[in-house]
Amino acid sequence: MSHLKLTDVSKDYGHVQVLKHINLDIVSGEFMVFVGPSGSGKSTLLRTIAGLETITGGTLEIDGEVVNHRAPSKRGIAMVFQSYALYPHMNVFDNMAYALKIANESKDEIKRKVEAAAETLQLSKYLKRLPGQLSGGQRQRVAIGRAIVRDPKVFLFDEPLSNLDAALRVATRLQIAKLHQEMSKSTMIYVTHDQVEAMTLADRICVLRDGMLEQVGTPMELYENPQSLFVAGFIGSPKMNFFNGAIAGKYGAETLGVRPEHLEISDREGSWSGKVIHQENLGSDNFIYIDMGGEEPVVVRADGASHYTTGAPISIAPMANKTYRFDKAGKPIKG
Amino acid sequence: MTTAVEQAPAIPRASTGRPSWLAGLTLGRALTHLALLVLVLIWTLPTAGLLISSLRDKDQLAVSGWWTALTTSETQGVTRIGTAEAQVEEGGRYFIRGNVFGTDTNKTVTAFGLSNAAPGAEPAGGSVEMTDGGAITVQADGAFEWASDAPFAHTRGPRIFYVSAIAPRFTIDNYIEVLTASGVGRSFINSFTVTIPATIIPILIAAFAAYALAWMRFPFRGLIVALVVGLLVVPLQMSLIPLLSLYNDIAKLFGATDGKTYLGVWLAHTAFGLPLAIYLLRNYMAGLPREIMESARIDGASHFKIFTTMVLPLSFPALASFSIFQFLWVWNDLLVAMVFLGAQQDKLVLTGKLVSLLGSRGNNWEILTAGAFVTIVVPLIVFFALQRYFVRGLLAGSVK
Repeated sequence: MSHLKLTDVSKDYGHVQVLKHINLDIVSGEFMVFVGPSGSGKSTLLRTIAGLETITGGTLEIDGEVVNHRAPSKRGIAMVFQSYALYPHMNVFDNMAYALKIANESKDEIKRKVEAAAETLQLSKYLKRLPGQLSGGQRQRVAIGRAIVRDPKVFLFDEPLSNLDAALRVATRLQIAKLHQEMSKSTMIYVTHDQVEAMTLADRICVLRDGMLEQVGTPMELYENPQSLFVAGFIGSPKMNFFNGAIAGKYGAETLGVRPEHLEISDREGSWSGKVIHQENLGSDNFIYIDMGGEEPVVVRADGASHYTTGAPISIAPMANKTYRFDKAGKPIKG
Repeated sequence: MTTAVEQAPAIPRASTGRPSWLAGLTLGRALTHLALLVLVLIWTLPTAGLLISSLRDKDQLAVSGWWTALTTSETQGVTRIGTAEAQVEEGGRYFIRGNVFGTDTNKTVTAFGLSNAAPGAEPAGGSVEMTDGGAITVQADGAFEWASDAPFAHTRGPRIFYVSAIAPRFTIDNYIEVLTASGVGRSFINSFTVTIPATIIPILIAAFAAYALAWMRFPFRGLIVALVVGLLVVPLQMSLIPLLSLYNDIAKLFGATDGKTYLGVWLAHTAFGLPLAIYLLRNYMAGLPREIMESARIDGASHFKIFTTMVLPLSFPALASFSIFQFLWVWNDLLVAMVFLGAQQDKLVLTGKLVSLLGSRGNNWEILTAGAFVTIVVPLIVFFALQRYFVRGLLAGSVK
C-alpha cells in the first residue's frame, strides 16, 4: 500500500512561487508521470515528495499519514537521479548496499538483496567495478538497482533517461516498464520532459505548467480530450497545428486545433491551400510542412510512399470530428 | 543491450614528410617545454648541489665546488723529511724512508720537487739529486726513499714539495656528525613533535567546519564564511604578541609555571592555519555534486555519516594539498616556534638549530649543507608521498 495524497501543496523560495496549490491523488501501484516544459516545477514537485525540499503550504500524505516534516529516508521512498548520483569511490556492490548498511541489516541479507537486484538488472558481472569503469547505461542501471534493493513504497525517477543516447533510452525505458510490472505494489513517479516517455510509460500523466496542474489523466484521455490549449500542444508528436482568425472563426472558435494525423490532402470543398516548404520522410510516414501564411508551418502526416515537391501548391482539409475548438481563455468548447 | 558497431575503415593519413615525433611540435609547444625545462633546472640544480655537497669529503668541500665532485682535484703539499737520526744502513748504503702523506691514503702524488717555486719539477717515480748528498725518489703512493752512499749527517730535514691528486670521495660522515654531535638529531625530533600535531589538528577541525559551511543550512552561514575569508588576510606578526600574552595569562590561570610548551605551539599553528584550511576545504566540498549528498540522505545517512562516508573520501585531494601546505609551513616556520617554544636547547626546532649553527659553526660547510639537507628531505618525502592524490578524476562515474 502506498497511496500518495497531495493537498494544496505550495512551494515558494522567498517571493518566487514554484508550486501553486497542487491537489493530486496518486493511488497505490500507479505509474504517474509528471511532464511539463523546463521551469514548470515538475522536478520541484518530485523533490518535495522526496523530502529534499520543504513544503511551504499544504500537506503531503503517504498512506494517510502527513509526512511534511519527515526525513527523506523515513518516507519509504527511493529516488533515481538524472545524473545517476552514484557514489564514485564505492564499487557497484557498495553503492547498492549503502542504504542497507545504514539500516543495519545483516551481511547475509545485504548480500542476498544486492545480488538479487543485480541479477534483475544484468549487473552481476560488474559488482566489483567502480562507477567510473561503467558505461552510461550500466551506471543508470546501478542507480535503479540502488533504488530497488531498498524495496521502497514509492519510486521517484527524475528524468532518468535524459543522459542516455537514443538506443539506450529505448532499452532502459523498456526495462523500467518491466520493473513496474514486476513490482506492481510500488507506486512510481516519473519526471520527464519527453512526451514519448510519458505516453509509453504512464498509467496517468500529470501535465504541469508554471507550477500549476494543467491536467491529469491517462495518456489517451490527454491525447483525445485535452482540457487546455497548452495540453493539446504539449501531448502528441509532431505537435498539434493551431489555426487562428478566419479558419477558426468558421468553426466558431478562437483557436482551432488539428493534429497532423487528422489532416488529409484533398481539394474538396472548404479545404485550405498552402505551399509545401519541407518534407521529412521517416519511411512509414511522411511529414509535410506547409506554409499557410501563419507564424509556424502546418504539419501534415501523409503516407510514407508519397512524395511532394517543395514549393508546390497543396490543399489540405481536416477529417470530420477530429478538430479541437478552444475559446479565448484556451479552454475547449464543448459540443 | 549490445549493439553491433561496424568498424569504420581506417582513413589513410596524408604523409607530411616529417618524422612522427616532430609532427605535433609547434612554436608554442616548444616554448612551453623550454619554460618547463628552465623551471625544473632552477629547482633541481641547487637541490642537487646541496645534496652532493653534503655527501662530499669535508676537506674537498672546503676547496672546490660541488660540480667538481666527480673529478680528481689537485692540491699542493709540503712535507719535511726526517733528519740523519732516521737513517738506516743496508748493504753499505744509507736510506731515509717514509711517506709524504703520513697515514692519509686517498691521495696520490703526481709530481714533486725540492723548491717552493717548482713543486712539480719531477714526475712521481723519478729521482732528484739532493744538496745534502744522494738522491730522493717519491712514488705515486707517497712513499719516498732517500738513498746515499755516505751516511747522512744533516740535523734539519729538507722539505719536499709535491703535487697530489685527491680522488673523489663520498661519505655520510657529515650526516652522522650532524645528527649526533651537533644536536641536530634532537632538533629533528622536536620539529616532528611540533609539525605532526600542528598539521593534523587543523585538518580535523577544518574538515568538520568546511562540511558544515558547505552543506548544512543554518543562520549566518554566509557571514561566517565571509569572516573566515577576512581572517585569511590578517598578518601573523600582528597577532603574534597579543596571542602570546593571552596564552600566557591563560596558562597562569591554570597554574602552569612555564607557558612555553608544545601544546602552545600546536594551538598557535592550528589557529594560524585554520582560515586557509576552512576556506580551501569548504570551496572544494561545496563543489562536490549535490545529488550525491541528496542520494545519501534518501538512503538514510545522517550528516555525520555523509561526512565520513562521502565527503571525506571524496575530498582527499583537498585534504592532501592542505596537509602539504600546512606541513611545509610549520616545518619551515621559525617565528612562531621561537615565540611559543623559545630557544631552550631541548625544545629547539630544526630551523632554530640551523640558525644557531650558522652562528657557531658558520665555517663548517659540511655541517651546514648536511643540516640543510636534513631539513628539506622531510618536506620532500611528504610531498612525494601525497602528490599522487593530486590526480583529477576522483569523481569519475558519479554524475554524467
